[in-house]
Amino acid sequence: MGRYVARRLLQMIPVFIGSTLLIFCMMYALPGDPVRAMMGDQAYDPAVVASIKKELGLDQPLLQQYVNYMTGLLQGDFGTQIASQRPIKDVILDAFPVTIRLTLFAFIFVSLVGIGLGIVAGLRPDTLRDRGLLTLTLFLVSMPSFVLGFLLQYQFAFKWQVTTPTVTDSTDFSQLMLPAIVLASLSLAYVARLTRTSIAENLRSDYMRTAVAKGLPRRRVIGVHLMRNSLIPVVTFLGIEVGNLMTGAIVTEGIFNVRGIGLEIYDALSRREGATVVGIASLMVLIYLAASLIVDLLYAVLDPRIRYA
Amino acid sequence: MTIIDEMAESPAPDGSQDTGRPLLEVRDLHVEFRTRDGVAKAVNGVNYSVAAGETLAVLGESGSGKSVTAQAIMGILDMPPGRIPKGEILFRGQDMLKMSGEERRKIRGRKIAMIFQDALSSLNPVLSVGYQLGEMFRVHQGLSKKDAKAKAIELMDRVKIPAAGDRVNDYPHQFSGGMRQRIMIAMALALEPDLIIADEPTTALDVTVQAQVMDLLAELQREYNMGLILITHDLGVVADVADKIAVMYAGRIVEHAPVHELYKRPAHPYTKGLLDSIPRLDQKGQELYAIKGLPPNLTRIPSGCAFNPRCPQAQDICRTDIPPLHPVTERDGGELVGRSSACHFWKETIHG
Amino acid sequence: MPDKTVEKKVEALPGDTASTAGVVVTDAGPAPEKARSLWSDAWHDLRRNPLFLISAVLIVFLLVMSIWPGLFTSASPRDADLAKHYLGKPNWGHFFAPDWLGYDVQGRSIYARVVYGARASITVGVGVTIAVTIIGTFIGMIAGYFGGWTDTLLSRLTDIFLGIPFLLGALVVLNSFDNRTVWVVIMALAFLGWTQIARVARGAVITIKQADYVVAAKALGASTSRILVRHILPNALAPIIVVATIALGGYIAAEATLSFLGVGLGDTAVSWGGDVARGREQLRIAPHTLIIPSVMVSITVLSFLMFGDAVRNALDPKLR
Repeated sequence: MGRYVARRLLQMIPVFIGSTLLIFCMMYALPGDPVRAMMGDQAYDPAVVASIKKELGLDQPLLQQYVNYMTGLLQGDFGTQIASQRPIKDVILDAFPVTIRLTLFAFIFVSLVGIGLGIVAGLRPDTLRDRGLLTLTLFLVSMPSFVLGFLLQYQFAFKWQVTTPTVTDSTDFSQLMLPAIVLASLSLAYVARLTRTSIAENLRSDYMRTAVAKGLPRRRVIGVHLMRNSLIPVVTFLGIEVGNLMTGAIVTEGIFNVRGIGLEIYDALSRREGATVVGIASLMVLIYLAASLIVDLLYAVLDPRIRYA
Repeated sequence: MTIIDEMAESPAPDGSQDTGRPLLEVRDLHVEFRTRDGVAKAVNGVNYSVAAGETLAVLGESGSGKSVTAQAIMGILDMPPGRIPKGEILFRGQDMLKMSGEERRKIRGRKIAMIFQDALSSLNPVLSVGYQLGEMFRVHQGLSKKDAKAKAIELMDRVKIPAAGDRVNDYPHQFSGGMRQRIMIAMALALEPDLIIADEPTTALDVTVQAQVMDLLAELQREYNMGLILITHDLGVVADVADKIAVMYAGRIVEHAPVHELYKRPAHPYTKGLLDSIPRLDQKGQELYAIKGLPPNLTRIPSGCAFNPRCPQAQDICRTDIPPLHPVTERDGGELVGRSSACHFWKETIHG
Repeated sequence: MPDKTVEKKVEALPGDTASTAGVVVTDAGPAPEKARSLWSDAWHDLRRNPLFLISAVLIVFLLVMSIWPGLFTSASPRDADLAKHYLGKPNWGHFFAPDWLGYDVQGRSIYARVVYGARASITVGVGVTIAVTIIGTFIGMIAGYFGGWTDTLLSRLTDIFLGIPFLLGALVVLNSFDNRTVWVVIMALAFLGWTQIARVARGAVITIKQADYVVAAKALGASTSRILVRHILPNALAPIIVVATIALGGYIAAEATLSFLGVGLGDTAVSWGGDVARGREQLRIAPHTLIIPSVMVSITVLSFLMFGDAVRNALDPKLR
């Protein structure tokens, strides 16, 4: 196990470098100039622009810039925002807990409701109940989160006024409820569908027939034999979802004005602040990679066929 | 737990007490499945019986209804799409089809156990074999986890798995095919049931391993005086172990006979065809016989005798009248015990 | 989240892929007298699936709308009359009239904008799907068929692209362009989105290349390209088509989301996502300006998802 983890960690390094380099290139190699964006429409002096660029190291070759940036990052130096002159590290430290709270809230929602619905549907495949739930999830999947977000915001905050339209205090869970539901909806639908399919499939497996033939009570057949097998793909899927929920927060935070990572990255993008975007994006890549590593390990723990392979 | 205790005190299952009465009797069993192409009639009036210590081999191609009958006996048919419109399955004289789900569950595994063809997919891949074996004792006898594991090791020893104590925590995929099938046998044997149904227990195995597993099964059956229903499509497997054979075709029994009688003098053209299609050393160089055509589609079983489109002896009557299971006699009318054939022309077939 | 619509199916797919590919393989086995191919069997199923029929009708409708928007309305999506129509409420009785669905903040007919907005969504959705299918199938087949270091390299490349959250990547790329035409959006999404199909194709090819008929073709001396094109591709197609159809809905959602975030099609383009973003300011006083284009996005995504779902169910016998 230890060697496996070590090998996986080593494999992650090139992927991390590749992904961050790719983001770095997309940010800096494509058209769009942060200094110009900062100056906006004002007439600018090319000499001033050049000197600012030199100061920021933006005149160096791209790879050199990347190496400089990464060395800084490894020492915990994320750089400084051009517009606000704030250290990016502080911006991230302020915004990150907010996003984590929101994501965690959504994640709990996804796990409990998603798996619950999936089990309810999967145990009786092709019944009215199953069809109904499948249709419901289909509706959820086809509603982009900004659509669902505005519909709920309109209904709950404006019409019924049971909650605030935007989040003013991100530690107040009653305010976070609506954004968390919106953020969770798509994942929830997928988890429900995956659970349903997995259960319906395993229900027909040979070992389930054996379990019944052994004269085990239904409770045990379902609770031990079916669940143990069916939930393996679901648990691993949930692991991957953590990363997806975090990027999903960009839209959700925008709708409900939650001051988290998503809003920061969006603001930075509109100001073309490469350092902030790449910094936050690198963090997201790291979280995504860590999540997939944990998922792999979890897989090995849950499925002996992988453990000993 | 109380229910289990009551069950344990009920009269001990002992084959010797009720001689004369068969352990299991299937009467006029019908099973059908709803499919996209209509109703598939998988079993159409099967009758057979097994006594304690007796081995009945049920022979037939895939789709002949032999496995479906077994699943109906075990109560593990998928219903729906399956349905049992007619028939009785008597276990020690009691119709299991009329029992409650809970009553049937207590018979499963404890009184009647089943061995499946593909041990790899039939064992739960994420639970250790020790757990899966021990589960029988924990559920049916209320043993503790520790005692159940000790029993599991004992069982693995019993079916001759080497180093049972070390392997009890291993998972199914870590065993070889033969060893896995031994684990299936051990699981079926765990509570010393009265009857074991083995559905193609050796089909998935190498030939050398096949013999070992069959020998083990036969040995254990003798030892515990169990009834055994051996489902197979392989005539070679049954010759040594079976007492009597029921040959099935399109959901019906077409011939029923003591094992050696059947090999010597088949009384149904289908059985004859099956026997003729076994390669034999003394016919080296000759072309091997093959039954022409394909097994019938169960949603559209041919009228009359289901075998008629493939039968070399078919006459007009075979296309119109379903042949009943005739008792088979000697040419002079002398009785042949336990023999019957569902062929209008059984006389010609056996004596011809 | 649209990015997830796009990415998530991948995770759910390994099982599906194997089984769908498996069907193709077993298809060569002993068949009953009435042998039906995978495709005709699927068609048989689809014809009587109401979800499929509904979604197919909706898709045809949307396609027609995106090609000939003039068929549906005589109003122009750009004609603005602030004085007369500022945030005019819908007249539900006036079917297909310019004021049917009301007017937006600039006094433009929302009905006309919704009709003309179909073109952007459908073009981006279809364009991205075609592009990712070609790129992904090619890369996935090469990786799956040749294995070894080719596979390692391509799989690592796939991992690198997968490491970048789809929406984030699209934001970064599109943000750099000032003039975002339909083609820029298509290329940006395809650049980030091919990994999904590549994974599915790779998985399918790995299963199929072990099939007896491929081994036989190899033994008979068929060239690699012939094996890939004649034997492997047709049999790997089922899972790829299923994923692509479902992904199409996701790309439409992604385009709308990006337009909503202000990095989709340029401001002058007529697009549902952009209209939703503009309607946002009036959510309190004139919710119809936001809800109507939102509903159009959802209906379109739903149509393609239902379509893809029905196709998958028909092609995957495990779900029967």
